[in-house]
Formats: sequence, C-alpha cells, structure tokens
Amino acid sequence: MELLANLGIGFSAALDPTNLLYCFVGVLLGTLVGVLPGIGPTATIAMLLPITFSFEPVTALIMLAGIYYGAQYGGSTTAILINLPGESSSAVTAIDGYEMAKQGRAGPALATAALGSFFAGTVATLILAVAAPPLARAALNFGAPEYFSLIVLGLLASIALAHGSVLKALAMIVLGLLLGMVGQDIYTGTPRFTFGFFELYSGINFVSVAVGVFGVAEILRNLEHETTRDVLVKKVENLWLTKDDFKRIIAPVLRGTALGSVLGILPGGGHVLSSFASYSFEKRISKHPETFGKGAIEGVAGPESANNAGAQTSFIPMLTLGIPAHPVMALMIGAFIIQGITPGPNVINDEPILFWGIIVSMWVGNLMLVLLNLPLIGLWVKLLTIPYKVLFPAIIAFACIGCYSINLNVFDVYAIVVFGFIGYLLVKLGCEPAPLLLGFVLGPLLEEHLRRAMIISRGDPMIFVERPISAVLLAFAVAAVVVAVLPSVRRKREEVFVEDD
Amino acid sequence: MKKLTTALLAAAAMTSVSAGIAFAQADYPTSPVTIVVPFAAGGPTDTVTRLIAEPMSAELGQQVIVQNVAGAGGTLAGTQVANAPADGYQILMHHIGMSTAPTLYPDLAYNPLEDFEMIGLVTNVPMTVIARKDFEPNTFEELVTYVQENADSVTYANAGIGAASHLCGLLFMSAIDTQVTTVPYQGTGPAMTDLLGGQVDFMCDQTTNTTGQITSGEVKGYAVTTPERLDALPDLPTTAEAGLEEFQVGVWHGLYAPAGTPPEVIEKLTAALQTALQDENVITRFAELGTRPVSLEEATPEAHEAYLSEQIDLWAPIIEAAGEMAQQ
Repeated sequence: MELLANLGIGFSAALDPTNLLYCFVGVLLGTLVGVLPGIGPTATIAMLLPITFSFEPVTALIMLAGIYYGAQYGGSTTAILINLPGESSSAVTAIDGYEMAKQGRAGPALATAALGSFFAGTVATLILAVAAPPLARAALNFGAPEYFSLIVLGLLASIALAHGSVLKALAMIVLGLLLGMVGQDIYTGTPRFTFGFFELYSGINFVSVAVGVFGVAEILRNLEHETTRDVLVKKVENLWLTKDDFKRIIAPVLRGTALGSVLGILPGGGHVLSSFASYSFEKRISKHPETFGKGAIEGVAGPESANNAGAQTSFIPMLTLGIPAHPVMALMIGAFIIQGITPGPNVINDEPILFWGIIVSMWVGNLMLVLLNLPLIGLWVKLLTIPYKVLFPAIIAFACIGCYSINLNVFDVYAIVVFGFIGYLLVKLGCEPAPLLLGFVLGPLLEEHLRRAMIISRGDPMIFVERPISAVLLAFAVAAVVVAVLPSVRRKREEVFVEDD
Repeated sequence: MKKLTTALLAAAAMTSVSAGIAFAQADYPTSPVTIVVPFAAGGPTDTVTRLIAEPMSAELGQQVIVQNVAGAGGTLAGTQVANAPADGYQILMHHIGMSTAPTLYPDLAYNPLEDFEMIGLVTNVPMTVIARKDFEPNTFEELVTYVQENADSVTYANAGIGAASHLCGLLFMSAIDTQVTTVPYQGTGPAMTDLLGGQVDFMCDQTTNTTGQITSGEVKGYAVTTPERLDALPDLPTTAEAGLEEFQVGVWHGLYAPAGTPPEVIEKLTAALQTALQDENVITRFAELGTRPVSLEEATPEAHEAYLSEQIDLWAPIIEAAGEMAQQ
C-alpha cells in the first residue's frame, strides 16, 4: 500500500518533537488570533513569515498551516459568544450560534463547532492524502464562466430561501454587492465610489463591515433601553451536548463536510461559499426550518464543518499545483519559495517528507485543537457572565485594535463606526445583515468572473450555457428561483438569514 | 494635579522628539526599518524583498520589516512611501512598474524621479513566454506565426494593469505588430491557475513564477527574454536566438526612499543593500529563482536613477500606442 507508506513518512515527520511543538505553537497562535476579532490568519502569517526563515522547511510550513486552520476554529468562538464574526465564514455561525448563547446554550454551540470542525478536518485530510492530485486537476476545469454561475447560484439560493421579507433580503444582497464595488476597478484601475478617499481605493475592509453591522449594531441595540436589553445569558444550561443534540448534528456535520470539501478544492475562491451554502442547504432540507435563526444547532454544525473542510481542502491546489486559492495560500507559497522550494506539481515527488508531513500534521493539529478547545469552553462561557457595561467597551476596544492591526490604517476603524450605525439602522428597519455580508463578499468575485468570461468569449454571453458545468449550475439557480415562487413551497419557505424578529 | 502631570509628560515627550531628530542621522537606524512591497505577500517581488531583508537587518543592526501594500498596480504603495516621513524608516521596493506608472496612471499622485531618493537597483528577473500544455505552437517561432495568424481567437493572460506580465505582453505584441485579446487577473496565481486549466492560451511571466511549471511540463515554455540562456532553464532559447531581438524585458527591482531623506541615511541603506547582494544565501536563492543580484556599480543611487529615467522613456510610447492607460 503506497498510501500507507506515504502516511508513514508523514507521521514520522509530523510526530518529530520539534515539528510537534511548532504545530502546537501554530494552532495555539491561530486559535488566539481567531478569537481576537479582526486579527486574521493572513496578518498573523505575514508577520510570522520572517521568523520561519531559520526553520526547516517542513517545520515552518507545519506551523504556518497550523495558524491558518487554528484561526478557523477560534473565529467561531467570538461569533457565538458576542456576535462578532472575524471572517466571512463565521458570519454564518453567528446567526444561530449567538442565539444559542443567548438561550444559555453557548457550551453546546462551542462544542458543536469544535467537534464538527474536527470531524470535517479529519475527513478533508484523508481526501487530501488519497486523491489530492486528480482532484486538483479536475478543479482546473472551473474557469471564469463556471465560477460566475456558481456564485449566481449561491446568491439566488439564499434569496429564494429568504422568508416574508424576500424584498428586504434581496435589497440587502444588492446593497452588499454595491458596497463590494467600492475601490479600483480591477480591469482598468478606474476608482469607483471612492469619493476622493485614497483609503477606499483598495475597497472597504471586510472586518470593518462585519464588526460594524454585526457586533457594534448588536451593542447599540442592547444599549438602547435598559429594559429591553437581551440579558446575554439567562442561565448556562450545560456545557456539553445532550444525546438529542448529538443526534441532531450528525447529518448536518456529514453534509457540511461533503459540501465544504468540494467547494474548498476550487482554486478560484469556492471556500468562501462553503459555510453560506451549508447553512442554506441545512435550512432548506430541515423539517423545522422555522427554528433556524432562533438557535438551531444544525445551523452551527453544518456551516462549521463545511468551513473547516473547505479550509483544509483549499490546500489541495496549493500543494499539488502551486496555485493559491486565497491570500493565506499565497503566503504559504511565499513561504515555500523563501525556503528554496519551488511550489508546483513536483513538490509531491521531490519533497515527499514535506508534502506528507504537512498533510499528516493537519490531522495532528486538528486533534490538538479539539483537545485545546474543549476544556476552554467552560472558560469562554464564563466570559458571558461579565456585566454588560464592562463587556461591551472591551468588545469594541478589541475589535478596533484587531481591525487596525490588519492594515495599520485608522480609516478602517472609522469604517467600523460608520458600519455600526448602518447596521443599527438596518436592525431597526427589519433588514438582516447576513445577506448584506454575503453580497459584499461575493460581489467582487461575481464581477471579476463575469467580466473575465465575457472577455474570453469576446462578448458572447452564450459561453455561460455552452459550457456544461456552467449550464448545470445556472439550471440549479433557475430551479432555486422557481421553487421559491411556487406557492405550495412558499408556505414552507422560511428566512435563511434570521437576525432578529 | 492631573493636568500638571499631563503637561509635564507632554513636555518630556516633545523634548525627546526634538532630540530624536537631531540624532536621527548619526544614529540611524534606532528602530525597525520597514520595506513596503507594492504586491501581495508570496509573490516574486515579495520574495526578493524578504530574501534581502534578512542580511540588510544584520548590516543595519535593526530589524527590517516587510510590509505588503498591494493594489492599483503598485501605485498604492508608491503613494504611501512618497508621503511617508523622509527619515529612512519607511522605504519602498518596487519593480519595473515604477517606470511605467507615470504613463499608465495619468493621475498618479507622485513623480517617480522627483518624489523619491534612489537607493540602488537590486536584481533583474528574467521573464519567460509560456502557454497552456496543449497550445498548438511548439517553438517560439511557431508561436509568433500562430499568434499573427490567429489574432482573433488567441487569448493572453496577465496579472493586472501594470504587472510585469502586462508589460511583457505589450512589448511582445508591439514587437510582432499584432494585438490579441488580453485577459487580466488579480495577480499571477489566478492567471497561472487558468493557464494550467487551459482557460487562456499564453502568458509571459517572471521565472520566479514559471520555472517549476515549465520543468514539470505543466505548461509549455517557449523562450526567455534575456540576452543569455538561464542556468535554471538551459533548454529554453532566448528571444534573440528565436529571431526577435527587440523583445527583451526583465523585471528590474530597485529600492526607494521618500524625497528629502538625508544623504547619510541613503548611504547607510545603499551599503546595507550592497552587503545583502553579496550574501551567499541571497546569491544561491536568487539563482534558484532564475535570477542574480545586480553588480555593485548598479546597486547605487546614481546607476538606479539613470536606469529609471531611461526605462520611463522606453515604456511611455509603447503604452501610449497600445492605449492601455487607466481611465480616470
């Protein structure tokens, strides 16, 4: 068995005491930066890259990879506890996770996130080990038209599933798309909606938007009236999952893992869709869609598994073809080059210890994360018993520090204030911030792929239906709309993004 | 009482600031030096910078930090450093794009020659012409003919306006007197992804990005754009060998400080750069990337300034003829 031999090589590299130590350092750092709102893995890896110069290549890459997937774990913690997602993926976790926390079920929510992520991480690591090269090759069939159709499907699926306020959800997505347009046009360099602000040339910072419309808006709402404030925790019921909880999360975890694994392999940014897609899907097939947005544990289990699976499989294009799926993978490629290894299809043959060592270390790191995170749940939940008047200034301070640290730009901090008030206004108008965030994240991708496809086809829109994968995706998108319009289905239709009532 | 303390603290702070300025030049550097890279981390310019940052740190006796300020073909970073304090604590690594930005961006917020002090050239990275694996032409000569005959259907990928791959494409099209459809990407990574997937036909990029893909046979390599063949890719002919002498281009890199930086500070930075360029590790790693450090005569402010103004004059007519300016 070649696979076993390869995994053997991997285990001997990953279990080397030095590598084990740096794997732990990586996942610990990752968890910490994930927990601190704003400071993401990209900034952390960029800062730590020079330190890894003196390491062995395999040690350096194991640590950097650990930071990345560690941050995916940590990011959900603040989303669940204080409605403060640090990354687009945890924005989805915040929807039901925060509701669970408000009902005193922060413990089970955190445990679900940790267990779901671990399971997904294990499966995705196996996929990486067994089938990385052919999968990466298959993913290359995804060109601009396919990505465009995939994003259209993602956007339409979430509109079609929105309830009552379809119009408001649609408006939020469009507003998000428009916000995503801010900055320089990538094809011509023309500044759009920059209003003379130099800082807006590179677009609005995602963290500013997320922290503003979720976290700060929630704080403003809570401060509104002493009497109507949601007491953050009424009572902490239990820290661990009940038997019933386990039953409810098994299927969503499995589906989330499958969905995330597939989307993560796409090098053109499929992983950003994974948690949104999983949430929409879980709600769509649920027998009790009305519980979503009110603390449904399935709404935490699915997206968290999808997110972690996607994070793991997004290593596939990088490790097997030397192409980055997102900024963190670009940094990892930089780390390869600095170590004197040319990333590309040769790595798997020329550097087997490195290749298999990284893969096995991901599983080891995921195990460490579970062992690290489960005992911490009690500690995190205690955080919620802090009086609100102490907690909210601390949240705002940490969010601002985190946001500032990304680009060392005070403009991003002012943007939090602006988006905080916008978010508050939206809450008052009964609009949901999650579709806005989805539009904001996917808008630039939608535009990029639409225009690229049109350039490649020389202005012929038929390219979207002539290419089979694209045509199938668009057919699904049409189906999603039809399903939403059919009256019998409409009765059952519920909002996919529930923020408040 | 509190007010008094605040006032005293403020006064103390101001004294130390003014004292700091007086000693700045002699003591330089007393705190970490930041090199701003105008492209994303992990890219070739970033790699070159990170490789020289380490020996420069050793020479300067202070940590040299690399900061990535990507966007707008590198002009965001240029604007940031042009407006930074002229104290040598924030300097800029930029490539060939420094000489094309004034033409590409008519509203550019800085003048490369007037708003910067040159520190020295760093390296001149060769470029390679590559294509998707199943692209019909097999040699550079065949490529030229094929592109000329199929100008309506061939697609050329680049990494965005002002990127080296964009400039190389312009020069190639100008040299063979044929315009083809250009598909811009956000960086080399996504462009390479689509080339590997056969979504676009060909591109031209730095050896730092292409060597691995060429040697593994994932893409077709046609030629290198340097006067001589490369050690890393000995089988690849030069564009001159293939009969296109006027098509020669390299991604030259240079270090810049804001205009008005004291000459003593520039001297120290130039010295640190020269030390870095003689560092064994830098030479080895550069070779692995298919490039080599420039000579010590070129790693000087004078040579750098002369080369920059020569390059500005070379590119302006090519870019203007292609009508590829950013619409403002």
